[in-house]
Amino acid sequence: MATMKALVCRECGKEYPTKAIHVCEMCFGPLEVKYNYEEIKKNVSRTKIQDGPHSIWRYADLLPVEGPTFLGLHAGMTPLVRAKNLGAHLGLDELYIKNDTVNHPTLSFKDRVVAVAITRARELGFETIACASTGNLANSVAAHAAAAGMRCYVFIPGDLEAAKVLGNLIYKPNVVEIEGNYDDVNRLCSEIAGEHGWAFVNINIRPYYAEGSKTLAFETVEQLGWRTPDQVVIPMASGSLLTKIWKGLHEMKYVGLINEVRTKINGAQAEGCSPISTAFKAGRDFFKPVKPKTIAKSLAIGNPADGYYALKATAESKGSMDMVTDDEVVEGIKLLAQTEGIFAETAGGVTIGVLQKLVKNGTIKKGDLTVAYITGNGLKTQEAVIDAVGRPVRIQPSLVAFEKTFKMGKNGGGDS
Amino acid sequence: MPHVKVHVQFPEDKIKEPVIYQIGHEYKVVTNVRRADVRETTGWMDLELTGDSTEIERAIVGLRTKGVVVDPIELNVVE
Repeated sequence: MATMKALVCRECGKEYPTKAIHVCEMCFGPLEVKYNYEEIKKNVSRTKIQDGPHSIWRYADLLPVEGPTFLGLHAGMTPLVRAKNLGAHLGLDELYIKNDTVNHPTLSFKDRVVAVAITRARELGFETIACASTGNLANSVAAHAAAAGMRCYVFIPGDLEAAKVLGNLIYKPNVVEIEGNYDDVNRLCSEIAGEHGWAFVNINIRPYYAEGSKTLAFETVEQLGWRTPDQVVIPMASGSLLTKIWKGLHEMKYVGLINEVRTKINGAQAEGCSPISTAFKAGRDFFKPVKPKTIAKSLAIGNPADGYYALKATAESKGSMDMVTDDEVVEGIKLLAQTEGIFAETAGGVTIGVLQKLVKNGTIKKGDLTVAYITGNGLKTQEAVIDAVGRPVRIQPSLVAFEKTFKMGKNGGGDS
Repeated sequence: MPHVKVHVQFPEDKIKEPVIYQIGHEYKVVTNVRRADVRETTGWMDLELTGDSTEIERAIVGLRTKGVVVDPIELNVVE
């Protein structure tokens, strides 16, 4: 395949070989993958993609791997759901939900990025894969490592909830609880990544790992019949997902799969951790780090690595950003579940809450073809909605009690 | 010689203080700034600290004591 040209510094443009490195030695800027688009253009086509595997690997020509052997063979190609009920509720004619709550194998969009990261890690000769995570990323890395037969280390803060720890232990990675706060975990993982010859997916493999998010853009365009949406709403943690969807849309244009990109990119955060949205709303091109305090824990990154680039991409697209309260997050989760039958984790509540705001304030208009990205499954964050969904109706075990409770006559009908 | 790459962010009231100079004097570390953006209300720097491991640790604690936010060069990596 060999479509990668180099790793390139996003700040100074210095190029590096496509190895397990992530920081520019000159200016300390982050590295990202540079492709040979002219070469890709000769090989890629809509037909080739449609005839490819039913997974992210149908877009292998635009991913940072050499191939032809891939890991994480079932990630991606999640449903793009025409959300008629939610659209009608919000006043949108053409709303779609990109539903990564059913991604394989661990029910979040992280399966995309980890499939790419672990494939590249194996290509680079690594036998051990690691990550620092509090939830979805750890699940995905542990599951993929188990399936690939690779050694795995998952680093977590010492105060993580038991349910989340269990979700990792089941795959039998080495789960390392660090006695300390998030800052301590951050620091230690950065040091370990520098010292040991491991593939740390969100540190030294990050340039490759992050590229997996582009597949959300590729799939959306293909599933829309090779059209780009007018508006997208994307949850932001590090900001990487948003920047890569923007990059993915443009790559499709560079290689001739689509003629134009006319998509406005909109970012969503929770108020309790909204450094990027706050900066956008204040008209700033820089953000200030915050201490996260929100139920949307999968988005709780106080000093986001791609925050600056997310601001830039949103501005370039003439899009917008907004944030919602934790109560609005819960309402967003309920609204999506009750209109479309999709149970999203808290990040999904953030996306739906912000979508609702952007429609109300006129940023997203009735006729706009809109896609909202739902990135994780609600079964993982049930504690967030446990007090907001009511209780079952309790009755005695008799037909009379049932009919009385639901006000039914002999011929049925009625409702509670 | 051990070295650590860090991203530091200054609160508004520290913008005018020569914090990096002070750290270089108070601890046995060499500070090497590679990229920075300092404005009226905010400022950040990407820099390398070189010295004995214990001195680097003390310098980082010293920066934090002065109210400066210190993160690894990758910023927050716990996802």
